[in-house]
Amino acid sequence: MCGIVGLLVKNPSMRANIGELMMPMLIGMTERGPDSAGMAVFTAPVAGNELKYSLYAPTMDFNWQGLAHDFDAHLGSKVSLSTKGNHAILISHLETPTIKTWIKEHYPQIHMLSVGQSIDVYKDTGLPADVAARYDLPHVSGTHLVGHTRMATESAITPAHAHPFTAGRDWCLVHNGSLSNANSLRRKLQHEGIDFETDNDTEAACRFLEWRMREGDDLKTALEHGFDELDGFYTLLMGTKDQLALIRDPFACKPAVVAEHDDYVAIASEFRSLAHLPDVKNAHVFEPSPKEMYVWKV
Amino acid sequence: MESLKFDLAATPLREVNQYLHSPASELNGKHVVIDNPNGAHNIAVGLKSDVKVTIDGHAGYYAAGMNQLASVVVTGSAGTGVAENMMSGVVHVKGFASNAAGATAQGGLLIIDGDAGLRCGISLKGADIVVGGSVGSFSAFMAQAGNLVVLGDAGEALGDSLYEARLFVRGEVKSLGADCEEKPMDDEARQILVDLLAKSGHADVSPDSFKLFGSARTLYNFHVDNAGAY
Amino acid sequence: MSDTPKTPQTQPRFSATFDPYTLSEIRRAAATGIYDIRGAGAKRKLPHFDDLLFLGASVSRYPLEGYREKCGTDVVLGTRFAKKPIHLKTPVTIAGMSFGALSGPAKEALGRGASAVGTSTTTGDGGMTPEERGQSSILVYQYLPSRYGMNPDDLRKADAIEVVIGQGAKPGGGGMLLGQKISDRVAKMRCLPKGVDQRSACRHPDWTGPDDLEIKIAELREITDWEKPIYVKVGATRPYFDVTLAVKAGADVVVLDGMQGGTAATQEVFIEHVGIPTLAAIRPAVQALQDMGMHRKVQLIVSGGIRNGADVAKALALGADAVAIGTAALVALGDNDPRLESEYQALGTTAGAYDDWHEGKDPAGITTQDPELMKRLDPVKAGRRLANYLAVMTMEAQVIARACGKSHLHNLEPEDLVALTVESAAMAKVPLAGTSWIPGQVQY
Repeated sequence: MCGIVGLLVKNPSMRANIGELMMPMLIGMTERGPDSAGMAVFTAPVAGNELKYSLYAPTMDFNWQGLAHDFDAHLGSKVSLSTKGNHAILISHLETPTIKTWIKEHYPQIHMLSVGQSIDVYKDTGLPADVAARYDLPHVSGTHLVGHTRMATESAITPAHAHPFTAGRDWCLVHNGSLSNANSLRRKLQHEGIDFETDNDTEAACRFLEWRMREGDDLKTALEHGFDELDGFYTLLMGTKDQLALIRDPFACKPAVVAEHDDYVAIASEFRSLAHLPDVKNAHVFEPSPKEMYVWKV
Repeated sequence: MESLKFDLAATPLREVNQYLHSPASELNGKHVVIDNPNGAHNIAVGLKSDVKVTIDGHAGYYAAGMNQLASVVVTGSAGTGVAENMMSGVVHVKGFASNAAGATAQGGLLIIDGDAGLRCGISLKGADIVVGGSVGSFSAFMAQAGNLVVLGDAGEALGDSLYEARLFVRGEVKSLGADCEEKPMDDEARQILVDLLAKSGHADVSPDSFKLFGSARTLYNFHVDNAGAY
Repeated sequence: MSDTPKTPQTQPRFSATFDPYTLSEIRRAAATGIYDIRGAGAKRKLPHFDDLLFLGASVSRYPLEGYREKCGTDVVLGTRFAKKPIHLKTPVTIAGMSFGALSGPAKEALGRGASAVGTSTTTGDGGMTPEERGQSSILVYQYLPSRYGMNPDDLRKADAIEVVIGQGAKPGGGGMLLGQKISDRVAKMRCLPKGVDQRSACRHPDWTGPDDLEIKIAELREITDWEKPIYVKVGATRPYFDVTLAVKAGADVVVLDGMQGGTAATQEVFIEHVGIPTLAAIRPAVQALQDMGMHRKVQLIVSGGIRNGADVAKALALGADAVAIGTAALVALGDNDPRLESEYQALGTTAGAYDDWHEGKDPAGITTQDPELMKRLDPVKAGRRLANYLAVMTMEAQVIARACGKSHLHNLEPEDLVALTVESAAMAKVPLAGTSWIPGQVQY
């Protein structure tokens, strides 16, 4: 059970401040999710032939420069690496499988959180305020951002179990609720050759939707399949390269509220995460309907 | 009327609520304004005196929960379970209300000017609810007594497993729940509707534009041939 | 012809799968078209406290002198957030049972008996009656999904509030009080027409999940000015997670009800096939509290099949702070008494097996709303019987605790126990008697 937050900035002059605007949104959801927190930031895309990878190390003093050095030496390719404590963003033009295999072989302790041209993912255990400070959220910039605070129900409290979950490129999902058929769904997807990293029910939903889209569904069709296959309660917020999408299950047991303003669209589990937003008094505040898909484009 | 202001950005909620639980002799006839609610939960819950409270902005879960006697206005929207289990008094939400508005309320009047979410009036036990906009699915689920008036539309499964509550809907009803059926509007029901419209600021709305729904009473005692409805 | 040897006949043999009980149930279902509804908890044989034994003191440890050396039994509940925690003289409390399921005199008798020994009673679905509030010196007010009879004035009159999420007889299920028991008074308290089947919801109407529960608990605290302990009651299924989440949501006390816990009326299939035995539920619940550093800070009340002082001592040794009894309390009041055998026979059952509590025909006058039957229960005498029984249970638990060298029941610990069967050893996480083997636990 959890808190979810999302922010899409329409006014380009506010993009530099997106992290600052998001900080109180995430902290506002602390009571809903005191165990771990995370966010996916969508930034200006890297060059066309490159991809970026969010990496997570188990210790704050991890030697990232050593990793960059080995990467250059082993793969004969200069890598760009920007780091924040136990987190780094690696940019490279090499093929994704090459990078994944290399990391697995040489740095098995490193966890790859995301792949894409725009997405950066930060997530860790701890109170939302601590996690946000750890990754300097107030200074993050970008076009849109998806955040999450987690109260673990049945799976463990680890960095890997924190949301957002990602699959494929530039795609992430956060979830509030609990699925009652996540285990069968996981087995079904594993049979399709899809690997899982955790036993978290959200990961099953994430991989299911990404799998549907890889099979040719657009997001809307994938979500329609989701309504047929996902049992239980859920409010899902998704981020892609250029959009945010929101759905609630037909019973809408888990809350969500949206504030649409000329400058931004903000989504949260509760209004108290939106109250600080500039000029929110003049925003159109509404509650999204169940079983309906809401999409906001950058 | 003696007026008093609390700023929730500066005063802890617990202090405000404790003040609102002062003896009736201190509170009766007073008007308390609560500024900067900013979606905080449990504002003005458990009131039990004839005090007027204005929550100036958006309220979180359970605003005015279990209200007795007091008159509470939310100028913005209200979160889940506004006026839940209200016993008496009036709660007026000027914006929209989230899920389970007026859940299990036993008395008093809940007025929502905007839309109400799902399960509005769930297990209603005698209170009156008037919604200026539309209500979401599963509204008046297992409602036992009282009246729900909806000026807009109703979602799916309206009045499922209804007992003796009356549901008045002016717009479209997406679907009726098990054991809920349209009823002829008799004089008694019509008078109730007219009174509620007048009390909730809709005196100009004609009662003739509403349909009345109630219990078909086929689920009152179990029979295997109705098993599909459970 | 007399020379023809007689062929030996095999005896008629009942199937172990289709046993006579199963056959009768198939015939009953076919004839009526309704599932069997009954009261009480699981009746099948389950691993239980009987499968555990205490290791009394001998040479390595010294026992306390019976009746002379003090062995404390008191317990304080609700020390985490509440301004006014509850102090009980004995760790045996009375579980929630509704007025409606029980008669007014039965509720009064429970209050009298519990108050006499300094423990609490608990309301149930249907609200608080003056009989019970009047007689119970410590009364826990249940806050249930149906909210029948839910009244903020009663909330303020209560000594503690118990948010009921589930019960051991039917975790995940609602209730059903058949029309026969909806008398004028019950109907009025529950805002229902007289004589209709009363369906109780399985989920609270205005919250779902632990993140919402936290807000709901805060509401109850705000309404009662943070005075009263807030309990959260769950049916035993996934106790580790449920206890963890109840604590995260802000509970002062967690009540954990195993599948032997009773009910007034539920489908037999639910009672016998959903949930886990009390014995299997305690250790994961205690583990959850220990993992959060909250053991003894958030108190744990265990219920479901508690019958005597040995059960009390065993539940406490496994880590509970107190226990609750329901079925046993009704028996103490006079339920299923063999002196009423002819009347039980007339109802098609026998003393000791009567469980059609929902039908309201209880010859003992306990699980009924029939004015004539109700008169049969003298609340003063029945209350006295309950007080006697509670006193005996407490003394029995003390006998065991003293034998183990404990000056307070709360100093009993899992290491004071061994198990008789592999199943109970695995569930209670204590070694099989005479060995150091705890099945399922890695030994280093």
